Amino acid sequence: MSAEKMKGSKILLESLKKEGVTDIFGYPGGKVLHIYDDIYQSDIKHYLVRHEQAAAHAADGYARSTGRVGVCLATSGPGATNLVTGIATANMDSIPMVALTGQVSTADIGTDSFQEADIVGITMPVTKHNFLVKDVKDLAMTIKKAFHIARTGRPGPVLVDLPVDVTVNKAVFNYPDSVDMPSYKPTTKGSDRQIQNAIKMIREAKKPVVLAGGGVIGSNASDELREFIALTKMPVSSTLLGLGAYPYNDYFSLQMPGMHGTAFANYAIQEADLLISIGMRFDDRITGKLDTFAPNAKVIHIDIDPAEIGKCIASILPIVGDAKEVLKEMNAYLKKEPMEAKEPWLKTIEKLKLDYPLFYKKDTNVISPQYVLEVINELTKGEAFYTTEVGTHQMWAAQYLDHKLPRHFVSSGGLGTMGFGFPAAMGVQVANPGATVINIAGDGSFQMNIQELSTVSYYNIPVKNIILNNQWLGMVRQWQELFFQERYSATDLEGMQPDFVKVAEAYDVLGLRATKPEEVKDVLSRALKHNGPVVVDIRVAREENVFPMVPAGGAIDKMIGERGIN
Amino acid sequence: MRHVLSVVVENKPGVLARIASLFSRRGFNIDSLAVGATEKPEFSRITLVVTGEDLVIEQITKQLYKLIDTYKVTDLTAVKHIEREMLLVKVSINPNTRSEAIEIVDIFRGKIIDVAEKNMTVEITGDYDKNEGFLSLLKKFGIIEIVRTGTVAIQRGTGN
Repeated sequence: MSAEKMKGSKILLESLKKEGVTDIFGYPGGKVLHIYDDIYQSDIKHYLVRHEQAAAHAADGYARSTGRVGVCLATSGPGATNLVTGIATANMDSIPMVALTGQVSTADIGTDSFQEADIVGITMPVTKHNFLVKDVKDLAMTIKKAFHIARTGRPGPVLVDLPVDVTVNKAVFNYPDSVDMPSYKPTTKGSDRQIQNAIKMIREAKKPVVLAGGGVIGSNASDELREFIALTKMPVSSTLLGLGAYPYNDYFSLQMPGMHGTAFANYAIQEADLLISIGMRFDDRITGKLDTFAPNAKVIHIDIDPAEIGKCIASILPIVGDAKEVLKEMNAYLKKEPMEAKEPWLKTIEKLKLDYPLFYKKDTNVISPQYVLEVINELTKGEAFYTTEVGTHQMWAAQYLDHKLPRHFVSSGGLGTMGFGFPAAMGVQVANPGATVINIAGDGSFQMNIQELSTVSYYNIPVKNIILNNQWLGMVRQWQELFFQERYSATDLEGMQPDFVKVAEAYDVLGLRATKPEEVKDVLSRALKHNGPVVVDIRVAREENVFPMVPAGGAIDKMIGERGIN
Repeated sequence: MRHVLSVVVENKPGVLARIASLFSRRGFNIDSLAVGATEKPEFSRITLVVTGEDLVIEQITKQLYKLIDTYKVTDLTAVKHIEREMLLVKVSINPNTRSEAIEIVDIFRGKIIDVAEKNMTVEITGDYDKNEGFLSLLKKFGIIEIVRTGTVAIQRGTGN
């Protein structure tokens, strides 16, 4: 008896189900009509966004907050190209995502057909891998491979381009149980000899600092990191993408390093004799001028991606492997032979933390943006999910939120994508239905995907958008103030902003506003209690800057405002 | 330093584009590139000649491995190997220079594959340095056109 053949679009949906997909973010169009016809009859929940970029960011937020592969879907041509920023964002931050795009029929490819774009060519540099499916018989295996590549090794986005005829043609559906890719076999287990050497170096070090990056979050190694710190009693600093891997306000926490990191983290790194970097890639926002970075430190570099080792910083001891597995093995050795705390170093750190705390000027007349974040901490106890857009508000959120839990701080680090936070928050909320999800936004960024108010309104996705509105493109303004003699080119938005409350109301979303410090707590409480999406317009001090700041290309111990001087 | 990288990749459409895209976006320079089939139909071999410090070559190797379709990268510079490149060159000649030109071609064991009244075309195979030497001797006759395949290379056989 020959097995019954199934239409490509149906094979796609069945394959997604086999991968455990329950939610998709997307936007229909001519070349994905067959797919949408099957979505109509499927129990996979589809969320209609209002711009494809938002679909990619929502899938990204979904993935970051859960560790599951996020899925977005767009039609050919402009639909596909609109995904590109979202795919690039996920790629820079190693987020597992599968992007599905419609394509003109295989016969029309290359003829400049209507709504044709070479999305495989376009996204080659911004995906972990991508596929063009040319035959429906290859479809199921391609989906299997796409998910496998997206979630294993160093995670990343994978795009699958689906010509319309592939979705129409039929094949026998047989979802493969496993994939065999001779050329793709990521290493997850760290070398035992290297691990033992690392432990020896840690024991011998006098001034070690641990740097925890997005890889700790990505491999769900937060518990192992916490145990590692408890066993070694070393200070630990988390990069922007690593925030939440270790409790932010703990005794051993150095909070965030780098350009807008804490002064004590930067000073500690510069004084360190050993750096233990776990799942982080020495981005220039962390290191400043490379040859001045951590001048006295040997480096143990733990990363799943061999290409990160030695890319920016020469490491004395590389360990290629999954952060969780490597930390587990290190912890096992440390438990057998416990380690003494390095008291003099911890005393030095204590003093640095006392001498250089994060600081801002409190004002009774004007709302300080940092104050808003402190109120959010008070109201949410650091247990909500927080997304951000990109700019000054993002850096304040990184500095001032009480990051307690992994996967709860969702921010575009590598690409620095304005417009990310709101759609990402939708994805986070869809993946975590009962949770409180707060998007810390700036007035500039929020307008980059403001159309998604329609989406959250329609599906009642109760995301709380909190706009720290200074009516500037604040981060650029800060650079113009400090480095361009206050020539505020194209950054002053005073009098040019829409009324965000009215905009929200136009979408049938609750809009609230606070203009005085004493209103902040009430307004935020109302927003958090409201059973639905909210936009809160908070008028903050217009010319507040983010400090400390390492000027671009400088050494990280040469900061402006290291004591928070404004 | 000049390195010859032998890269075995899955024989699939778009693989060459991935490699070219990788080199351009990471700012690595390619001196030459040659692609062809291997003894296994599922793989192709790309021979890359690149120049750079050891650290750069190490990065190139790792970035190549990071491509999903890359199966194996070998730096042949580190081992005993043989390199070959084929060169076609069209050179000007006249009755006075013809015999000297032919003599040079013979010394280099080249083959004259086409002759016209005022020029001739020579085929020559050798490693990069030999071919460069040959070209430098032909210069004085006037070189009209050069076509090169790019270097291919293979590791020398070992033991039995």
